[in-house]
Amino acid sequence: MSLKAFHLIFVTATTLFSLFFGLWSLNQYRNIDPSALNLTFVFLAFVMLIALPIYGYYFLKKLKDVSFL
Amino acid sequence: MEVPYTVENRPDTGLYNAKVGIWLFLASEVMLFGALFSSYILLRVGALEGHWPTELLNVPIGTVNTMVLILSSVTVVMAWASLKLNDFKKFKMYQLATVICACMFVLIKSYEYRDKLTHHDVVLADGMRVDGHLVEETDEYIILSHPVSYPAVKGIGYRPTAIKEAEHGDDHHHAEDRKIMLADIVKRTTWGPWANTYFAIYFTLTGLHALHVIAGALVIAYYWGPGSKMWKTNPEQFTNRIEVSGLFWHFVDLVWIFLFPILYLL
Repeated sequence: MSLKAFHLIFVTATTLFSLFFGLWSLNQYRNIDPSALNLTFVFLAFVMLIALPIYGYYFLKKLKDVSFL
Repeated sequence: MEVPYTVENRPDTGLYNAKVGIWLFLASEVMLFGALFSSYILLRVGALEGHWPTELLNVPIGTVNTMVLILSSVTVVMAWASLKLNDFKKFKMYQLATVICACMFVLIKSYEYRDKLTHHDVVLADGMRVDGHLVEETDEYIILSHPVSYPAVKGIGYRPTAIKEAEHGDDHHHAEDRKIMLADIVKRTTWGPWANTYFAIYFTLTGLHALHVIAGALVIAYYWGPGSKMWKTNPEQFTNRIEVSGLFWHFVDLVWIFLFPILYLL
């Protein structure tokens, strides 16, 4: 597996992590600690949740001639 | 003698040798970290109900470190992509950015370790437990800043729910610095790996991970500096070396993506 393929796996894992972190922060904000910090985490996580797949697509396009192996 | 298959792929594996080597190494790393992750899970589910310390780690700092590592993964792959596109200048820039990210991660982690290692936990003769950061120490007393006090009915680092909720309150109220006479102290320790099972596994997992970050950063720094001369003599082999170091770096980052939620959030 090449770095290209491993990077795409990493981007997928990070996107899933962002989803989890966003939901965790949202739960913290709504039920435990309604602080600006937790709201920032929610915002940050959901920005990453959108940005990472877009980046992944851009990356895939940039290295379209490089093998996955 | 020339080492074979450093550039061209071996017919039987379909890969150049260094790539096979790094994947075999990463397989052994998966077993190492997998065993430690399993240990953590077994220790946690095996703990008596309510006896596993939680919310003792600094989530904002952990989040910043996670961002730093995610960014470093992007820069490390961009460095490799730059070589693939024959852009050595950009390679140097991205490689340096990765080294800077790695240094930032280690510095932030060191700050976190220092914070825990200077966090004192004392049990008093009256059955109360106080934890806070050491401000001053003499032969007669110690002074702790931001002390949190609660009955010492459970182990180190276990704060009752009411205390946690008070900490999460609007004013984040903590008492003033507290002076404690040494004569009143029954037991005293810091939040190091010796404190309890939780901190033991926390320091083991994050310490091992930090060692991997340092090792990876040294390799990446070498290829940014003296090792980059190879680009002039054997660019294909150099590109393969960068790919191999990038694979290792991605593994290290992926481990952190699992470590962070398990240790800091759950």
